[in-house]
Amino acid sequence: MTTTPDLTAEQRTDAVRTALAQADPGRHRKDRVMTVIIYGAFVLAMIPLVSLIWTVLANGLERFDWYFLTVSMRGVFGGMDAGGIYHAIIGTVEITLGATLISVPIGILTAIYLVEYGGGMLAKWVTFFVDVMTGIPSIVAGLFALSLFAFFFGPGIRLGIMGSVALAVLMIPVVVRSTEEMLKLVPNELREASYALGVPKWLTIVKVVLRTSVAGIVTGVMLAIARVIGETAPLLLTVGVIDSINYNLFEGRMMTLPVYVYRQYSQGYVPCNDPSAVCIEDINFQRAWAAALALILIVMILNLLARLISRYFAPKLRG
Amino acid sequence: MAQRIDVKDLDIYYGDFLAVEGVTMTIEPRSVTAFIGPSGCGKSTFLRTLNRMHEVIPGTRVEGSVEMEGVDLYGPGVDPVAVRRQIGMVFQRPNPFPTMSIEENVLAGVKLVNKRISKSDAADLVESSLRGSNLWEEVKDRLDKPGAGLSGGQQQRLCIARAIAIKPQVLLMDEPCSALDPISTLAIEDLIAELKQDYTIVIVTHNMQQAARVSDRTAFFNIAGTGKPGKLIEMDDTSTMFSSPTEKATEDYISGRFG
Amino acid sequence: MSTTAPPTGKARSRSASGRAGDRGMNRIFRLVSTWSGALILATLAAVAIFLVLEAWPAISLGGEELGEQISWFPEDTSIITFVGPLIFGTLLAAFLALILATPLAVGVALFISHYAPRRLAQALGYLVDLLAAIPSVVYGLWGILAFAPIVYPVWNGIAETLGWFPLFEGPAADPPRVMATVAVVLAVMILPIITAVCREVFLQTPKLHEEAALALGATRWELVKTAVLPFARSGIISGAMLGLGRALGETMAVLMILSPGFLYSFAIFQAGQQQTIAANIAAQQPEAPPLGVSALIATGLALFVITMAVNMAARAVVARRKDFSGAN
Repeated sequence: MTTTPDLTAEQRTDAVRTALAQADPGRHRKDRVMTVIIYGAFVLAMIPLVSLIWTVLANGLERFDWYFLTVSMRGVFGGMDAGGIYHAIIGTVEITLGATLISVPIGILTAIYLVEYGGGMLAKWVTFFVDVMTGIPSIVAGLFALSLFAFFFGPGIRLGIMGSVALAVLMIPVVVRSTEEMLKLVPNELREASYALGVPKWLTIVKVVLRTSVAGIVTGVMLAIARVIGETAPLLLTVGVIDSINYNLFEGRMMTLPVYVYRQYSQGYVPCNDPSAVCIEDINFQRAWAAALALILIVMILNLLARLISRYFAPKLRG
Repeated sequence: MAQRIDVKDLDIYYGDFLAVEGVTMTIEPRSVTAFIGPSGCGKSTFLRTLNRMHEVIPGTRVEGSVEMEGVDLYGPGVDPVAVRRQIGMVFQRPNPFPTMSIEENVLAGVKLVNKRISKSDAADLVESSLRGSNLWEEVKDRLDKPGAGLSGGQQQRLCIARAIAIKPQVLLMDEPCSALDPISTLAIEDLIAELKQDYTIVIVTHNMQQAARVSDRTAFFNIAGTGKPGKLIEMDDTSTMFSSPTEKATEDYISGRFG
Repeated sequence: MSTTAPPTGKARSRSASGRAGDRGMNRIFRLVSTWSGALILATLAAVAIFLVLEAWPAISLGGEELGEQISWFPEDTSIITFVGPLIFGTLLAAFLALILATPLAVGVALFISHYAPRRLAQALGYLVDLLAAIPSVVYGLWGILAFAPIVYPVWNGIAETLGWFPLFEGPAADPPRVMATVAVVLAVMILPIITAVCREVFLQTPKLHEEAALALGATRWELVKTAVLPFARSGIISGAMLGLGRALGETMAVLMILSPGFLYSFAIFQAGQQQTIAANIAAQQPEAPPLGVSALIATGLALFVITMAVNMAARAVVARRKDFSGAN
């Protein structure tokens, strides 16, 4: 080692000083290089993501106003300085609501089954297949809804509810997973305390278990909604596109926000030949950006709400 | 390979909160120094300042000096990473790396400095370190098995082997037996008695019998109340501390009247 | 659930309300939740059955009839030779995106968990979660209208200097509606997803092991290398697989950016080379005749099988490393 007992005090001091100084410049260099690389990775990753948000804001704000939110595309053609996303908002809200109504009861009840009753073969299979469902690509969910309705109502059918079914297939596993997590957080003592008071099991689940975990479940549901509300492909297949307002989920095509973005983009530039009429060449792109902004805002608001709910209403179970 | 540590007027802060105030002490080489005192009195915090491990928590800082053979550990030109190589540490709960085998665990610290250590050197070092921590006979047939598969006491001795494999000057032990059963505790205490031939050892313990059994000198820390800083009340030879302490508080604590 | 099954569920308590109390509402509630679980199995079975049913006409017919009845169907091919290049394109796009995104995501997650100041880290974590929720159609719009117009010189430069490598074969197409652009946009898209998973896992690294590494005199990078990364390995793999699954099934970004082709081609800077299953379905379905839809559904089945295989593989990888995992 660096010192032996017969060294003088100064020699020992020097030895220690050497040992405590940066002993190994190679290691420090590597540490610094890795620090630079990791900071670099962060900066590199932020460039496209910040650019995305910036472009959507910069391009979207131009047309994003009350008029845009409250009119449909009915009677809008060419480079007309008109048109909005009202019909698409209606479609998105109704279809997503439909999907929520289908998936939330199934999802929550399944989670209750897995946590409160499960344990047998069926529970194992359900857990496994919920995992499988998590991996279903959204376009396959769309194809499923398409095949299901085509089988019963013939090919070429397009309904809002088909979109709801497709989105529900995507939502169910998310709801099951998050609800399961929340139910597992409820301490067993609470259940036993309830049984000890003579409360039947079903009432214990409703009044104690669900009541305790309701904030977490709501958060999970909202995050699931935020996830499917931006789905485009399955809705493109099952609900189609339309320019006017359709309030009826069970009849005819509907427009939805993500599909609207795609539709406007794919219509491309407008040729403006008549100088007398008002004509904006890139009107379709402008609408696409504004609708994309609306979509991002909706997703962000849902996320924020979910976070607030879980922060302010969650019972303190983890502490 | 054992060094003296001189602490002068050390104050330890968490942000603006003064956690430990005005500690001055000398830790003798090749001896065991025990820190005792009630919970929250700052003895573990103080221990961590001896190898600058407290800096892991953001916002902590110290005033005063900790000198090893006259070199201030907090002085300019001193690298905390180098300090921790000279002053090793064993924690309250055994913490072998779960993804590594027993052998890899022992070599973990050495591999940081010397990646190209030869196979035979590595094997020798593993054996000597594990022998040094009295674990060799128990694990020599399963060096490639996960370290997490050992019993708690064995894991703790594996952690000691890992700490001494990098040949530090000083070994800090933060309640090394508090998570262990009595038999494993005894094994660790025997080991401490052997290790002090080569190392300066500082041990924090809640167990006064343990302090009396293993240490040569004992320091008693106390705290006046919540929110007040912890202080070093007195420090002396262990036999003196346990038979005729100077301070009333020390006597009260040792005789079990509080804490 | 049967009464003979051992009570393995975590939150089960049968003492107060076992079989004896299983009457009335208790019974109804238990049956309803059990049936919900069964309904999920039924749904998944329905997905498989209906897809197969609807795909069957295209699978059973020969290539000749398919070619006659579907305008865009290549002649003299069977459904297998039709789906082959699509599978190739799908895998190529997804793996390129994964290769680009994973190292970057690990870096970003490490930055958030172990390098950034704590306050900043929290805000960044939130930002990453938000970015993970941005709809893919928005990424597509950004990719084609903002990113593609500026990237051509880069692709061209790579194609000119490294063109001997099959992947980078030139000449680069302008506008760059090519696989390379798609891969970058997909990578940007799955980056927040992989980052979110990795950050979670990195933050879960036990303090004990981090302290152990520091006490051995590890620098920050060595701490990451000895304590954090080994602990998080299976987490990184599942994050990457989640991203891969998302990239495999991604439709809109590919549909909006890529100029499609049906070749087994590695040329990622040339237009009209590859196409993915999902984008092909979305592109052809609106105008496809019934038999065409059937053929598209058959390709969808293939996509379903591929994503399932990826998920299973990920699970197997994670499970195999269990005995050396961080679970103590």
